[in-house]
Amino acid sequence: MSLIDSLPRVRALRLPRADGFVQWIVPLAILVIWQAACSAGLVPTRVLPAPSDVALAGWKLARSGELATNIWVSFWRAAIGFVIGGGIGFAFGLANGLSQLSSKLSDTTLQMVRNVPHLALIPLVILWFGIDETAKIFLVALGVFFPIYINTLHGIRTVDPQLIEMGRIYGMSDRELFTRVIFPGALPSIFVGIRFALGIMWLTLIVAETIAASSGLGYMAMQAREFMQIDVVVLSILIYAALGKLADSASRLLERLTLSWHPAFQKH
Amino acid sequence: MQEALQFRAPAEPLDRTDLVEQARVLRHPPHGSRRGLPLTIRGLRKSFGDHEVLRGIDVHIPAGQFVAIVGRSGCGKSTLLRLIAGLEKIDAGTISFGEAARREEIRVMFQEPRLLPWARVLANVEVGLGRERKTAAAQARAEQALAEVGLAEKGGQWPAVLSGGQKQRVALARALVGDPRVLAFDEPLGALDALTRISMQRLLERVWRDQGFTAILVTHDVSEAVALADRVLVIEDGRIAHDIDVNMHRPRQRGSADLARLEGSILRELLKKSGDEQSAEDQSVL
Repeated sequence: MSLIDSLPRVRALRLPRADGFVQWIVPLAILVIWQAACSAGLVPTRVLPAPSDVALAGWKLARSGELATNIWVSFWRAAIGFVIGGGIGFAFGLANGLSQLSSKLSDTTLQMVRNVPHLALIPLVILWFGIDETAKIFLVALGVFFPIYINTLHGIRTVDPQLIEMGRIYGMSDRELFTRVIFPGALPSIFVGIRFALGIMWLTLIVAETIAASSGLGYMAMQAREFMQIDVVVLSILIYAALGKLADSASRLLERLTLSWHPAFQKH
Repeated sequence: MQEALQFRAPAEPLDRTDLVEQARVLRHPPHGSRRGLPLTIRGLRKSFGDHEVLRGIDVHIPAGQFVAIVGRSGCGKSTLLRLIAGLEKIDAGTISFGEAARREEIRVMFQEPRLLPWARVLANVEVGLGRERKTAAAQARAEQALAEVGLAEKGGQWPAVLSGGQKQRVALARALVGDPRVLAFDEPLGALDALTRISMQRLLERVWRDQGFTAILVTHDVSEAVALADRVLVIEDGRIAHDIDVNMHRPRQRGSADLARLEGSILRELLKKSGDEQSAEDQSVL
């Protein structure tokens, strides 16, 4: 009885622009509880600094310009690695999706390489490139390559053959067939690859910077550990979370713009 | 209406066929702008692996005729249509279209609409123009074709928001926009509900009468065949088993006794071979 009574009220609670707000309720709640626990002395600040202390550390680093420099350096490495690895992965995905010969030549090799965890190559990469920029970019590119390669290939292979037949009947050239039928058909799958790749991109970069770097976010965190600046360590971790979210939102926006034809993206 | 049923022997001597054709052309004056192409098939054979699907098809279809091809599933009727449309390679025999026909003059419509989901309705219709798509008049022609199938106001929509019948009408507009001279339909209404089917049948009949193309309709639905076609070809075991004229006035009254009687006798012929006469009786009662 009381449950049934409460139902309409629950519905009435829904605000007009609630969707954008609802997703932030849980992170905000965690932040509030965290601050309360630290202020009340339940958690020792040597284990976990209060959010206010982390914010303060962030403010100090921002004022010295150190924070912006490190974020920029990390972002730049991530972007270059993503473009190189993603570009090569996309090219191989296209080639192997469209050509039997290319697929026979390279797919088996690529699948074998894929099964090596790319972070296991860090010692080798350090020996090859030292702790130079090249080492980090190489690792990011390698990590990003496979999700994009596999999803591009899958997208092209699963384009509806009936649509391809239709295109041929209506006299489309190979190029038109690609730009009007095959590529748009593969695009949803390519986006799945991009979103996977963005996750791997950050992961790889942070690990690489933590192990071997003299600048960047991962380096900042390791440096802070040396000096027991736990607030800076936590700050770095929070920045990773924010950057990851940002990259994901950007790819979602791009998806929404290019896949507006897709039933899943149509507003009703 | 016994005279509506004229069963003929499948393989006639060639000289006689021509005489019969002349008589048929006199009986069926070409429609509309006389755009249809005649179609002559001689000794057509097709195998997939060891399985011979078509074992010698001989038929002449005069320009502008509406021919329905019926048969049980797997009898080779769809293969025949795919060969006519140039979608499969011919093993033996010939298919000729009177004059030197260009590939773009022969169009196919499938059971699935096969619209590009990422192109708006109007752009999908423009696909039907083939290489003429880039000409200045392309959009106007596409709009006209869309209006012809009654979807003039849907040009800016995504295909995903259309109903099954509307999608199939867009596919029809795409086939019509290039002014085909032969239009082959492979079960185009098979996936639609009963009421949509009937309105689509009317639409098909209307555009065929307006444009005068040669229509070849593959269907498993005998009532659809007798409602639409001038002539019904029954295919059994890869051969034309019966060639039936449907001499009835248009527009035909659906559900009329004459159509039902003709449908019943075709169904009986179809089912006789497999020996299940009982179900033939059941069907003809419908």
